[in-house]
Amino acid sequence: MSNVPAELKYAKSHEWLRAESDGTCTVGISDHAQELLGDLVFVELPKVGRQVKAGEACAVVESVKAASDVYAPVNGEIVAVNDALADSPELVNSEPYADGWLFRIKADDASAIDALLSAADYAAVASAD
Amino acid sequence: MTLRTPLYEQHIEAGARMVDFAGWSMPVHYGSQIEEHHAVRQAAGMFDVSHMGIVDFQGIEAEAGLRHLLANDVARLQSPGAALYACMLNEQGGVKDDLIVYRLDDSRFRLVVNAGTRDKDLAWLRERLPGSVQINERKDLAMLAVQGPQARERVLALFQERDRDAVAALSPFHACEVGPQMVARTGYTGEDGFEMMVPAADIAALWRALLDTGVRPAGLGARDTLRLEAGMNLYGQDMDETVTPLESGLAWTVAWKPEERDFIGRAALEEQRSRGVPTRFVGLVLEGRGVLRAHQRVRIAGGAEGITTSGSFSPTLGLSIALARVPLETGDRCEVEIRGNWQPARVVRPPFARHGKSCIETTATGRPT
Repeated sequence: MSNVPAELKYAKSHEWLRAESDGTCTVGISDHAQELLGDLVFVELPKVGRQVKAGEACAVVESVKAASDVYAPVNGEIVAVNDALADSPELVNSEPYADGWLFRIKADDASAIDALLSAADYAAVASAD
Repeated sequence: MTLRTPLYEQHIEAGARMVDFAGWSMPVHYGSQIEEHHAVRQAAGMFDVSHMGIVDFQGIEAEAGLRHLLANDVARLQSPGAALYACMLNEQGGVKDDLIVYRLDDSRFRLVVNAGTRDKDLAWLRERLPGSVQINERKDLAMLAVQGPQARERVLALFQERDRDAVAALSPFHACEVGPQMVARTGYTGEDGFEMMVPAADIAALWRALLDTGVRPAGLGARDTLRLEAGMNLYGQDMDETVTPLESGLAWTVAWKPEERDFIGRAALEEQRSRGVPTRFVGLVLEGRGVLRAHQRVRIAGGAEGITTSGSFSPTLGLSIALARVPLETGDRCEVEIRGNWQPARVVRPPFARHGKSCIETTATGRPT
């Protein structure tokens, strides 16, 4: 069974989100998602400053097998992206919740974060795959 | 109902992620497709290919029948164990399947066909071969491909001395029968190695013995990137019944001589050859960003378009590569559409990598020269 850290929030489409102390949120894909994709070889990240809507495709992760969209979990502005992934996309496989993060977003409305899935609810979604 | 090969339990035990492939539950990888790929290029890996169809043909008319049904000529197989790669065509010259045919002796041949086309192939063959030819689908056999620079020594170590000499003496594209099994020096990776057809009841023991000597299980994922690097076509993707071998980089598999050999599809191929083949089949190396995949649009200077038929990331080159069907006038550069953006690519002649090494010149940064 894949790792689903209890302190994070999740989207059904397999993104995780962590509220940081500076008011921004870090977003990545879950351990379950990286396991399904297999070895990542290319990551396309959004431009910093882009306004995104919840559910909007804003990044692409490509494994040897296939390309997969990553969706913004909440409405907001992209404030940072993980440049290390340009040379080391495999970080998403090895450390999906740490150095393999994808982007940071400043949520328009902090209450939207609370509406995301808890770890327990996401674990149920993932095990149904 | 998904079919399972006799190695299903071994795959689960080895940590495989199983996927459905042509109705079979098969391992796509055992943790890391890229590591499995490198293991085959640099050491030794093994693939369960028991889902493929093994079919034996016996009878004094078997040779004449297969000479009519295959675009390559089985009469070229002069000694027992000799093998060749061939396409089976429809009347329009379209590729019904690609396969390997082995001569077992004067009146016996063995075909190894794709899992997804097995039933269609058998129906086609049964209808067209002389009634005197016995067709025997060898469901009693399982098949393991052991590939890589160390595959040879790993496999040879499993045999008793007398049999070992026979296996060690095999040239590429030759096979020998060792008791109930057949060992062939063939494969689908661009590396040296063997394909072993053994009684289904014996294959788990063979798997364990190879595992004990350090041969790494490799899944369908690595099999696909290895064959793509080696410039080998995948049936159903790089060619199918709608295109001829001449449009698929497979003209070398068509035996035109002797001219009097009348094989199915010959008239259509001759007509296409005299009229001129409308497209070229080439390799592409991506210079822009992203990953090449099948079915992406290809554009050349002047605006004419083609299409990628297979594409992936090449672990050996560290770049993305593809096979593509492109306009005749294509030069050494083109563009490929990836998610709405046109990315530059270089046009090359496959293979991209074989025998552990890149066949494409690249700079230190990994960019093609």
